[in-house]
Amino acid sequence: MNKKKKWYDYLWVVSLTYLILGFFNILFAWLGLFCFFIPLIISIAKGNKSYCNRYCGRGQLFALAGGRFGLSRKKDIPGWMKSGVFRYGFLTFFFVMFFLMLWNTYLVFAGAKDLSMAVTLLWTFKVPWHWAYHGTFFSHGVAQFAFGFYSVMLTSTVLGFFTMILFKPRSWCVYCPMGTMTQLICKLKNKS
Amino acid sequence: MAKRKALVSTRLCVACGCCMKVCPKNAISIPKGIFAQVDRELCVGCGKCMKECPASVITLEVLES
Repeated sequence: MNKKKKWYDYLWVVSLTYLILGFFNILFAWLGLFCFFIPLIISIAKGNKSYCNRYCGRGQLFALAGGRFGLSRKKDIPGWMKSGVFRYGFLTFFFVMFFLMLWNTYLVFAGAKDLSMAVTLLWTFKVPWHWAYHGTFFSHGVAQFAFGFYSVMLTSTVLGFFTMILFKPRSWCVYCPMGTMTQLICKLKNKS
Repeated sequence: MAKRKALVSTRLCVACGCCMKVCPKNAISIPKGIFAQVDRELCVGCGKCMKECPASVITLEVLES
């Protein structure tokens, strides 16, 4: 039985377009902030995870690649990966790395550091990305943030793709920092 | 044949909504963004949610009739 597709079932196109645009002009990376603010706003304002449940294009992308295209082994995720320790630990790690990225952006803004035209994959590997730089607005910091943010988005895609192959298609959702954070907000909000 | 119903381990559920999407009976909801809830009246025990769940926290409970 097939359910009727809604408009939001096609948001994977937006996610894919986002990743592609970053290859051509890094400044498009700024659009990724929507993936940060929309789920947060929904969880704070409405106290639910309808972003994950309906609108997350990244989740849909993994579901398609792992499901329809059969790229997933569809095995169970190991127990430790769904434990609170790992999920909240990964969220903390993600936060720390995110603030380091913001700090780097600030240094470029302040003129203490030169713009680095690279994308950092898995917080370690510097991948040259200069072809996507065609100038910036206001300050080099604007471009530095774009490179940094795109690094975050590409890293999570690579990690998610990796666990999609190994485990169930949407296994990224188990340890997705945004998912953990919005669930935490929902827990706090619905406590009373 | 004994009836089956989907059972969610609410403690480990990440509330991603994969089960909700795949359920042919719309028997699953995630009302508060914390865990998935199965409407036992609507659930037919097909097991699709169990297969889909990325955290593998759904089991099929066999009811003695």
